[in-house]
Amino acid sequence: MLHIEGWKRVVIWATCALGLLFALPNGFYGQVESYNDAQDAGQEATGWASFLPSGLVNLGLDLRGGAHLLGEVKLEEVYTTRLEGFWPEVRNALREERTTIGAIRQQEGGAGELVVRIGNPEQMDRAIEVVQTLARPVASLTGGMTDDIVVSALGNNLIVTLSEAEQLATDDRTMAQSLEIIRRRVDEAGTREPTIQRQGKDRILIQVPGLGSAQELKDLIGVPALLTFQTVVGRSSNPNGAAGVGNELLPAADNPDLYYILERTPVVTGEELTDAQPSFDQNGRPAVNFRFNTSGARKFGQYTTDHVGDPFAIVLDDEVISAPVIEVPITGGSGIITGNFDVAESTRLATLLRAGSLPASLEFLEERTVGPELGQDSIDAGKIACLVGFAAVLIFMFLSYGTFGIFANIALLINVGLMFGLLSMIGATLTLPGIAGIVLTIGMAVDANVLVFERIREELKTAKGPARAIELGYEKALSAIVDANITTFLTAAILFIMGAGPVKGFAVTLGLGIITSVFTAIFVTRAMVVIWFERRKPKTLEV
Amino acid sequence: MRLRLVKKQTAFDFFEKWKLWLGVSALLVVLSIASTVTQGLNFGIDFKGGTTIRAESSTPIDVAAYRQAIEPLALGDVSIAEVFDPSFRGDQHVAQIRIQAQDGQEAVASDVVAQLESALRNIAPDIRFPSVESVGPKVSGELIKSAVLAVVIAIAVVLIYIWLRFEWQFALGAVGALVHDVILTIGIFSALQIKFDLAIIAALLTIVGYSLNDTVVVFDRVRENLRRYKKKDLSDVLNLSINETLSRTVMTSVTTLLALISLFVLGGDVIRGFVFAMIWGVMVGTYSSVFVASSTLLRLGVKRDWSKPSNTDGNQFANIDA
Repeated sequence: MLHIEGWKRVVIWATCALGLLFALPNGFYGQVESYNDAQDAGQEATGWASFLPSGLVNLGLDLRGGAHLLGEVKLEEVYTTRLEGFWPEVRNALREERTTIGAIRQQEGGAGELVVRIGNPEQMDRAIEVVQTLARPVASLTGGMTDDIVVSALGNNLIVTLSEAEQLATDDRTMAQSLEIIRRRVDEAGTREPTIQRQGKDRILIQVPGLGSAQELKDLIGVPALLTFQTVVGRSSNPNGAAGVGNELLPAADNPDLYYILERTPVVTGEELTDAQPSFDQNGRPAVNFRFNTSGARKFGQYTTDHVGDPFAIVLDDEVISAPVIEVPITGGSGIITGNFDVAESTRLATLLRAGSLPASLEFLEERTVGPELGQDSIDAGKIACLVGFAAVLIFMFLSYGTFGIFANIALLINVGLMFGLLSMIGATLTLPGIAGIVLTIGMAVDANVLVFERIREELKTAKGPARAIELGYEKALSAIVDANITTFLTAAILFIMGAGPVKGFAVTLGLGIITSVFTAIFVTRAMVVIWFERRKPKTLEV
Repeated sequence: MRLRLVKKQTAFDFFEKWKLWLGVSALLVVLSIASTVTQGLNFGIDFKGGTTIRAESSTPIDVAAYRQAIEPLALGDVSIAEVFDPSFRGDQHVAQIRIQAQDGQEAVASDVVAQLESALRNIAPDIRFPSVESVGPKVSGELIKSAVLAVVIAIAVVLIYIWLRFEWQFALGAVGALVHDVILTIGIFSALQIKFDLAIIAALLTIVGYSLNDTVVVFDRVRENLRRYKKKDLSDVLNLSINETLSRTVMTSVTTLLALISLFVLGGDVIRGFVFAMIWGVMVGTYSSVFVASSTLLRLGVKRDWSKPSNTDGNQFANIDA
């Protein structure tokens, strides 16, 4: 019989009401957005009733405007740095065995290698044994423990590399650190709702809505911002001059012909800063004030006390910003960096120093900037297209199916409402292709209804009366509806898994659209038809 | 009075000229492949790497002057195209500039973009750049791979699903239609040299979904009619099934096209290529589900004995109730 049990009706209408309730905030986008912002900021929020849901459909970068960057973290750099830091330990261990293995000397190695020349190559086995004792255990992939270093020999050279397990552990640490530092830097700049995500093994996706250009974002996150204070050994004008063992030759930031020879091991690094603020020096030029933590302050104080009258270098990312002469011991733990800055640069440097330095450099693989006005144009165009397409489908359905067409149309309106409700509930992001997905869903959502209505038409020819025809129509159309929609849903799912960025947004709207359209067609429209039928009890039926 | 696009009762013979239809499809497939092989696809930066810049100015775009301004920068292959759209304001002139991926660089260096922007500012002082997108060769290579993989996986999954729900002949028929649609869509993008980017892959997969939707509806009816008319010729059963579902096929295509056409005309130039692919796909998909899928099924033949598994009346979802 043509009948739906009472509790099922309640569930159907309650689901619709709930979906529409969640969709509601999107109708008052600006109002709800400022309400949410105020709430996030912990302020008194007004303009929206607190008992109503306040989730909104997020707008993708292509609609809202903003900057998108995909960066690759140079993980191998960290291996080299790690091994560099390992050198003193290796040196001390080998020195104790000097009598057997002879003189040792560090050689230039490839990336991720520490190369040591051994005086008595015939004693190589002993040297390897000694270095091997320095290894520390790490958890390996298979669950057991392995050493963190691998020691091997090549001719007179002893080569130390990180083991695979240690590399993996290092990679994870590097990525976590990079993400954290990037997040801090972006937050420091005060932008809203940035997306910062790890992608795959060594990539980071950064999306910042509302930012004027990707360049701005790159300036902020593209530099390591590694600050060191190093001892000056000498100056040179020759960029290819020999620096000597344990030293390095770095260019001056403000003078292309000047190079400094510096001791490689820094006195203090930016890691030990607790604060940095943009300020001005005594001549009124932009500068950055900084403050060390306790251990940094002690080291810096000790060093400046011992080296009064000597110059020391302030180095940022392998460039010497300035090399002042120590006039008095600096024991207070704070200081000032001067250089050839303008105000914007000093502000940025202070921000970078506060956020900390990146463990490895970033290479940018992809960058996109969309201006907010282009996004707004897209939204406006998408809205008009949606409305016109919607109206066309509504009129067409009414002309084709009369009363039943109206049922389908109401169901279609509910369908779009439910889609927005779901999108808001899961906090999905709406992109331009996503709008296309909605428009496509509007066109395709009526399909399930069309299938049923056509089937009812057919059944009317043979069945015994309208009630039976409606019942059979729903029953027999169901397998086609289910099969057709499951296959489409499968393609949407694949698109979601494989797709990137805006395409993913399209997959989400398409997939949700399929779910809501099947729900509205086989439950909502049916409920409407049944209620109508119970009231009117028509003897004949025209579909 | 109802609007009826298809008469109440139709009895078209869809297989009378099956050789002609399959011939036409085969020819189109060959032409598509030939075009794709000979003149290739107009890959967007998603797949080729490089930079696109959208420039907007209130003065009319003079492509030759733009080209002249950019030439001294020696950026290699630069393409400049003016964009037209009914939604633009009268003084809104838009150009799309594309630069090839620069040697040895991943994302195009920002100073290159800055140079180009200042060069253009000399000829059109009020010029603005509402969007700048740059993709390095490394990423674009991966995007191609995952795009091709997505289409292949989608088709494979569908093949398996239909095989499970129907019979392998149905699965082959459906997949034949899908491959046909995908190739024809790629073919028209090659023939007209429309920009082929990541969004088009999304469109391709949607076409796969749509075409399949159509095919499955027809096949579902074929399965039902095969059970009902055990003595009828396969070609008669197919014809009957297509005729019975014809009204629905046309209705759904029309509503979908109504929505898509409105998006094509009014949705702005940014997604026009994407929408074009879908409109083309809906038309091709509707055609292929009738002619390609069913003709293939007719050639392959099907198992006629459906008596055993059908213990529910009609289908296995018949017990689902509202």
